[in-house]
Amino acid sequence: MEGLTLSDAEQKYYSDLFSYCDIESTKKVVVNGRVLELFRAAQLPNDVVLQIMELCGATRLGYFGRSQFYIALKLVAVAQSGFPLRVESINTVKDLPLPRFVASKNEQEPRPAASYSSDSENQGSYSGGVIPPPPGRGQVKKGSVSHDAVQPRPSADQQEPASPVVSPQQSPPTSPHTWRKHNRHPSGGNGERPLAGPGPFWSPFADSQSGSAAGDAVWAGHSPPPPQENWVSFADTPPTSTLLSMHPASVQDQTTVRTVASATTANEIRRQSSSYDDPWKITDEQRQYYVNQFKTIQPDLNGFIPGSAAKEFFTKSKLPILELSHIWELSDFDKDGALTLDEFCAAFHLVVARKNGYDLPEKLPESLMPKLIDLEDSADVGDQPGEVGYSGSPAEAPPSKSPSMPSLNQTWPELNQSSEWETFSERSSSSQTLTQFDSNIAPADPDTAIVHPVPIRMTPSKIHMQEMELKRTGSDLTNPTSPLLVKPPDLSEENKINSSVKFPSGNTVADGYSSSDSFTSDPEQIGSSVTRQRSHSGTSPDNTAPPPPPPRPQPSHSRSSSLDMNRTFAVTTGQQQAGVVAHPPAVPPRPQPSQAPGPSVHRPVDADGLITHTSTSPQQIPEQPNFADFSQFEVFAASNVTEEQDGDAEKHPEVLLVEKASDPASSLRVAKTDSKIEDKTAASAPANMSKGTTPLAPPPKPVRRRLKSEDELRPDVDEHTQKTGVLAAVLASQPSIPRSVGKDKKAIQASIRRNKETNTVLARLNSELQQQLKDVLEERISLEVQLEQLRPFSHL
Amino acid sequence: MAVCIAVIAKENYPLYIRSTPSENELKFHYMVHTSLDVVDEKISAMGKALVDQRELYLGLLYPTEDYKVYGYVTNSKVKFVMVVDSSNTALRDNEIRSMFRKLHNSYTDVMCNPFYNPGDRIQSRAFDNMVTSMMIQVC
Repeated sequence: MEGLTLSDAEQKYYSDLFSYCDIESTKKVVVNGRVLELFRAAQLPNDVVLQIMELCGATRLGYFGRSQFYIALKLVAVAQSGFPLRVESINTVKDLPLPRFVASKNEQEPRPAASYSSDSENQGSYSGGVIPPPPGRGQVKKGSVSHDAVQPRPSADQQEPASPVVSPQQSPPTSPHTWRKHNRHPSGGNGERPLAGPGPFWSPFADSQSGSAAGDAVWAGHSPPPPQENWVSFADTPPTSTLLSMHPASVQDQTTVRTVASATTANEIRRQSSSYDDPWKITDEQRQYYVNQFKTIQPDLNGFIPGSAAKEFFTKSKLPILELSHIWELSDFDKDGALTLDEFCAAFHLVVARKNGYDLPEKLPESLMPKLIDLEDSADVGDQPGEVGYSGSPAEAPPSKSPSMPSLNQTWPELNQSSEWETFSERSSSSQTLTQFDSNIAPADPDTAIVHPVPIRMTPSKIHMQEMELKRTGSDLTNPTSPLLVKPPDLSEENKINSSVKFPSGNTVADGYSSSDSFTSDPEQIGSSVTRQRSHSGTSPDNTAPPPPPPRPQPSHSRSSSLDMNRTFAVTTGQQQAGVVAHPPAVPPRPQPSQAPGPSVHRPVDADGLITHTSTSPQQIPEQPNFADFSQFEVFAASNVTEEQDGDAEKHPEVLLVEKASDPASSLRVAKTDSKIEDKTAASAPANMSKGTTPLAPPPKPVRRRLKSEDELRPDVDEHTQKTGVLAAVLASQPSIPRSVGKDKKAIQASIRRNKETNTVLARLNSELQQQLKDVLEERISLEVQLEQLRPFSHL
Repeated sequence: MAVCIAVIAKENYPLYIRSTPSENELKFHYMVHTSLDVVDEKISAMGKALVDQRELYLGLLYPTEDYKVYGYVTNSKVKFVMVVDSSNTALRDNEIRSMFRKLHNSYTDVMCNPFYNPGDRIQSRAFDNMVTSMMIQVC
């Protein structure tokens, strides 16, 4: 390079600058970063800077040696003076004022911190002060932030301004101090503190930083970044160092643990800030640091930091409590006394800013709002003064906390409904209840479709019954039974014969209930109706649980019964009985347990009575007509459900099935008592059926046949038939009995064996029926209670 | 549009008191102080019932010719006293209630701040801002 002649002042100045930039103390080469900063501070257009760099040879060399540096400085002065940049100008321009570096010349480093400053005023002051170099020349300190105004006054006074400017260089590390000094010093222009150079400063800095040697174009002659204090004590790293160097000493106390660590992040900040950076934006590095700190307090990143822990943590920063309190107010967005990760980062950021001397904003800056903390998406708020009181961003954080709510809410109705449903089924005593239930559940929530297949229907018993009828006929079994279908698995096991099965299953369920009811409420019509309703309830999924197990539709029974049912239903209001009759093919006579005179037969007979009654069975065994019926009945047991359905609901076909011979007698008895009550019949029927079915695999066919016949018989025979049906069913398996009589010994013995088997079967059935009876009684009681409750209303 | 707003702690010392500077503030302070007696009286009167049943809003404590004083007590016996100008007839009871509600909410926010020690004077800027918004702007 050409020889460079410097005046004394210049010499001094330049050497100071050099030492300033020479953070590595190489005495030879200055750090590029620093140099860039410096140049930026000179407030020259980027191209000028580039030109300077080129001229001085730095570009060529790739670094700034002392000579290059001096030349560069000289060129800066030239440029600032408005002279064209020429290599020769360095020496030719006379009386060149010292290059002026605004703000931060001395403390180049803090510039990066400018992001925080965001003081528009500063900016303004800077620009005002610095921009027009020539005019400004005279004034050493143009109000700009500090430093700089090193007017190239050849006069001695220049020295002075220079010196103050220079001095900081000597202690670059203590930028904050120097900064402050300058601050006051320069007069005023900046009244603002350190926050000088908001965004714009930032960006150029950052960019230049990142760009390092080459890229600094961003310089863009922004007003020099205000001498920001070191953002956080970041270690100076060549590329970005200058900005960050938060010297431990400089920062107010440095005691905070944070400072050191954050230094690096500060670099990041700077680096990241783009031209329109938000001074409050958090860089990735910073964010990462914050997150790490967050983890030390609260390992779960989605969790909260309680207020007390946060208080301790932030108290370590040695900020005054009042300020910490204010920071808290700003950052605790949802005012819950705890900090989420975002809130914590915002608070941390604010603390760091504060420590660097930036004033706290009145409102939370937009970039710090929860959810907006991550920079990348920062809007252009760089120009805003530090306090970007945007608060524009809606409180997104809070809303985010609520998303889970709706889902929770949704589950509720389901639960409620399902529970309702269940309970309802159990209880469904009156049609009124049913309807209510209906309204409650049903359509309410598609989700609630929940468990039960077709919650909807709980129509009044009548409808239900009708439906059952329909079903029986083999028509759509969709409705009420559908739920039953799903529900009473146990019931349906045997029922699933066909579509009709559905109905039966439903019936069984219902019947189960009804049957129980029937048991309890014998003679009453209500009971029957109740039972009917029961059937509805049976549909509820719950059936299985509650006392009367859903009546098991007898597969075979259902088929045949469907037809029969129709008839029976149509015929009998009594429902159950009709149903009963219909159901158990083997028990046609029985189906109307309620009416059947058979009751007596049923009960005592259990084993036998049943048999005796079944009209159908008679053919089978004179002595044990029941047997015959049993067999049939058993077959029907499964299908009995359907019976019951028609009749009255579910007697308990399922009950029977479930309990099996729990109470054959009881069922029968019930049937007897409730002549009208379908359920009884149903109950008995199911009981019978169950008995029949469980022990044996009653041949469906015969049962069906019987059922039909039974239907016809129905009214009285029902009960008996039921019983007999059961027995018949039992016996069905032993069709040979009657024959055996007439046969030879072998046959007799065989028949004896069979009879014994039948006995055992019946005994089992008996026990089952007994259980069913109990259940039914319970149900009955509950139904009665409900009835009582409802009665007053109905009478109103 | 209150003229003076005060927050009194349970032990009856002020946590926060602010009035529009148009007039002699001391007078307002005095009014607030005297109104505390009325507040206590009201509290004790209702105190026979369970605290839960006691309503937080106390209503008009006592009117003077120039001003009306309203009171509000929280469940932790922190009292809010508000002095409004009598000439401001537009203020209805509901509005007073809503103002107290806002005060209460802001006070709660201050309490949530871990850096705030109960019993300290309230120095929260947010609280100040809120109170300012409620104070009458008498130039």
